[in-house]
Amino acid sequence: MIAAAAFYLFAAILIASAVMVVTARNPVHSVLFLILAFFNAAALFLIAGAEFLAMILVIVYVGAVAVLFLFVVMMLDIDFARLREGFQRYAPIGAIVGGILFLELVLVLGAWTFADQAEALRIAPTPPSPVTNTEALGLLLYTDYIYLFQAAGLILLVAMIGAIVLTLRGRPAMRRQNIAVQIARSGSVAAEKVPVGAGIRELGIRRPPPPEETRRLAEPAHGEADHGERH
Amino acid sequence: MVIGLAHYLIVAAILLVLGIFGIFLNRKNVIVILMSIELILLSVNLNLVAFSAWLNDLAGQVFAMFVLTVAAAEAAIGLAIVVIYFRNRGSIEVEGISTLRG
Repeated sequence: MIAAAAFYLFAAILIASAVMVVTARNPVHSVLFLILAFFNAAALFLIAGAEFLAMILVIVYVGAVAVLFLFVVMMLDIDFARLREGFQRYAPIGAIVGGILFLELVLVLGAWTFADQAEALRIAPTPPSPVTNTEALGLLLYTDYIYLFQAAGLILLVAMIGAIVLTLRGRPAMRRQNIAVQIARSGSVAAEKVPVGAGIRELGIRRPPPPEETRRLAEPAHGEADHGERH
Repeated sequence: MVIGLAHYLIVAAILLVLGIFGIFLNRKNVIVILMSIELILLSVNLNLVAFSAWLNDLAGQVFAMFVLTVAAAEAAIGLAIVVIYFRNRGSIEVEGISTLRG
């Protein structure tokens, strides 16, 4: 009874927040409603008995994906009023397509039952009571699905490298510290003994050495190529 | 009033329809389209978990986990593309993306 009431509550909030995600005026509100939708979906997972997936949903979606959305929405200076121009024009088409799709789904659901052999066709039957959901998933994931698990890790690696490569921006105008060149310059930098107590006034103002020396040191490969050609 | 499989399937169907409706509604805003795709994938996950629970088959939950992984990767790549597109064009209108054709 309590489970049923909780299910209806969470499902109602989930659907209402999903409606707000697609219709909210401000995309920041959209992202916040998306987070609410994920929380309620996690609660529905809990009611269905998938505790590990519920926690993963909260951690991965709310903690990572939704925050990523929030970062991008707030970081980019987007004129959102202009992006909503076709809102009224597209709404009827979307409503018609969505309504047809929903009707079809309900029709499929109404005429559908489990097959007789469904019990026998299970790939990985849920282990009996003392084994928790997380433990059972681990037993399954690290044995039967180990290659798929590795492939999932590879997909995440590719996504990480792809995102970094896409957004990395080399700035040619920026001056970076080149430590090797800095250490290698010896001719233009010299330690000098200053008489104690004399101060800078008697020696004159010290200027940094001219940069020609460092420029020559920065391109040793060029000089060596010339050298090799001469021989 | 016992919660059955049909309840979960109806909720997932409504969520899927809402996601598709969102794609139609926000045709210019890539970020909201990405969020709609997240909603669609969430409804798929809901279906997988519901079937897994009612058939007592854990494979559905394993599949749901892989769907989650792919969804996270897709969101990261999509948002990276949005960021560089905004950097180049100063806007994220999807209509102009056809200029990217090779």
